[in-house]
Amino acid sequence: MNWITNYVRPTINSLFSRREMPENLWSKCPECGTMLFHRELAANLNVCTACDHHMAITPRERFKALFDGGVFTEVRVPEPAADPLGFRDQKKYPERMKAAQKATGEREAMLVAEGEIGRTPIVAAAQDFAFMGGSMGMYVGNALIAAAGRATERRRPLVLFAAAGGARMQEGILSLMQMPRTTVAVQMLREAGLPYLVVLTHPTTGGVTASYAMLGDVQIAEPGALICFAGPRVIEQTIREKLPEGFQRAEYLLDHGMLDRVTHRRRLREELIALVRMLLALPPAVAADLPPPEADAAGPAAPAADPAPQGETKA
Amino acid sequence: MNYLDFEKPLAEIEGKAEELRALARANPQMTVEKEAEALDRKAETLLKDLYKSLSPWQKCLVARHPDRPHCRDYIEALFRDWMPLAGDRNFAEDAAVMGGLARFNDAPVVVIGHEKGHDTRTRIERNFGMARPEGYRKAMRLMELAHRFRLPVITLVDTPGAYPGKGAEERGQAEAIARCTQKCLEIGVPLVAVIIGEGGSGGAVAFATANRVAMLEHAIYSVISPEGCASILWKDAEKMKEAAEALRLTAQDLQKLGVIDRIVKEPVGGAQRGRRETIEAVGRAIEVMLKELVGRKPETLVRDRRQKFLDMGSKGLAA
Ligand SMILES: [Zn+2]
Repeated sequence: MNWITNYVRPTINSLFSRREMPENLWSKCPECGTMLFHRELAANLNVCTACDHHMAITPRERFKALFDGGVFTEVRVPEPAADPLGFRDQKKYPERMKAAQKATGEREAMLVAEGEIGRTPIVAAAQDFAFMGGSMGMYVGNALIAAAGRATERRRPLVLFAAAGGARMQEGILSLMQMPRTTVAVQMLREAGLPYLVVLTHPTTGGVTASYAMLGDVQIAEPGALICFAGPRVIEQTIREKLPEGFQRAEYLLDHGMLDRVTHRRRLREELIALVRMLLALPPAVAADLPPPEADAAGPAAPAADPAPQGETKA
Repeated sequence: MNYLDFEKPLAEIEGKAEELRALARANPQMTVEKEAEALDRKAETLLKDLYKSLSPWQKCLVARHPDRPHCRDYIEALFRDWMPLAGDRNFAEDAAVMGGLARFNDAPVVVIGHEKGHDTRTRIERNFGMARPEGYRKAMRLMELAHRFRLPVITLVDTPGAYPGKGAEERGQAEAIARCTQKCLEIGVPLVAVIIGEGGSGGAVAFATANRVAMLEHAIYSVISPEGCASILWKDAEKMKEAAEALRLTAQDLQKLGVIDRIVKEPVGGAQRGRRETIEAVGRAIEVMLKELVGRKPETLVRDRRQKFLDMGSKGLAA
């Protein structure tokens, strides 16, 4: 437990404005239309209490629910060159970046942290779809490499929560080069004999799916998540036919042998603990010893927990 | 000759010269040669001017030119004892990917490349160079073969991208690309890639994660097609010229960014106007790149390849 003593409060939040609180305390489930009270929704990890539809969850909220007592330490990610191409579409890339930082209160599209799950030390990385579609640029590449580096250095497994529209076009070829770069990161874990568990969340597409997000030792997906290389619209335009119901959704991929499991967000933590401990040949976690994750999300902040406000998610 | 849009003025001049000569053939008493030659010279100057400063979008058109030499042409001209090897051993043979054993300057090698086809029938058969998962799985199998028998691997990259189809998705297009890229990073033999036309996104990376990457002068290599980028970022597919500019997809920019190692010069007027010369220049580039790598220890080759990609992107284009 000595890592708690050298726990450093994340400083990144103070650099950016906090996630803006939406005026509306109610959000509508995009699937079934039920109006959900924000507190109740957050307590249920942003899963609709009426229909189980899995809405987006920020990396910070996810980590709070994942790690024991909601406690985790951020792993520093080396800063890449800003706007390496001087990219400009209708807006300049640095302006798009600033807007995304302001809207999410985060530095970039991936958060890396370490901590314990079921008293098992791990490193975790999570992508933030709200940040420019979770897109993979140099920072995300650096983040995954930093995560794999920390995992190998401390001999811990790495758990990845993927969510991305693909590569970040504004970084051009350098975003494409994150495919081999992140693959090297996965190889570091493999060669160190450390488990790499991937949780695919809605949506995971393009170059992210075609690199580190598909290379896990175990591939889990959240229910209903869209997981693909080419998106359904592109395919429909190419083949000029309607795609079957549920095409490219988690359950469809499971049926086609592309995933190990589809797991409800509420059971993910438990499953990850069991998997990690089995792969590391550790004895089973003692269930009674574990704080219920629901308590973390709804109750008072745990000691040294993340200072960000309780997330108000965008569905 | 298939003329590109921006070559129209050239087409007119060359057409006029052609007409004059046809006229003279029909009327032997006419003397047109002087005039025709003047037109030839004018055409030549124009061609040189056009190709001296191609815009990124024009380069996209040149890179996709149907008359450019394709993978098949390079294999035929540069390699001996070509022995195509087929199939992914799981589901199918994918004709969008050529692969097999051959000799390059007498030394046995494994060659893998995208083939777009050269007429309607072969284009359909080759699926316009858009590989399905089976193509990547075949490539992986051949890379593994190369690794076991210590043969260098040469890849020729020319694809609009991996095929966005229903079956391709169902059979794990993303996983196949990811594993193929991983295989590139694992093999303990020299791996050299040449981007001969279009390096389209992940479908290209799966073959181009190499120790050395060369690129033809007017080839392109990009995370997304300019049309795709324009329709997403500009919400207007017609803005592909702007997108091509912004994406920095030319060989010249990619060399500055450290993404490719060398540029192979094309003849005046592009590879489509000097197929033989282009093929030979690519052959020389492969030879040089292989020479730098052959004889190195497997661990060194793997380590250097990984480090090359880990280091990539540390320098921007900062002007
Ligand atoms: Zn619902």
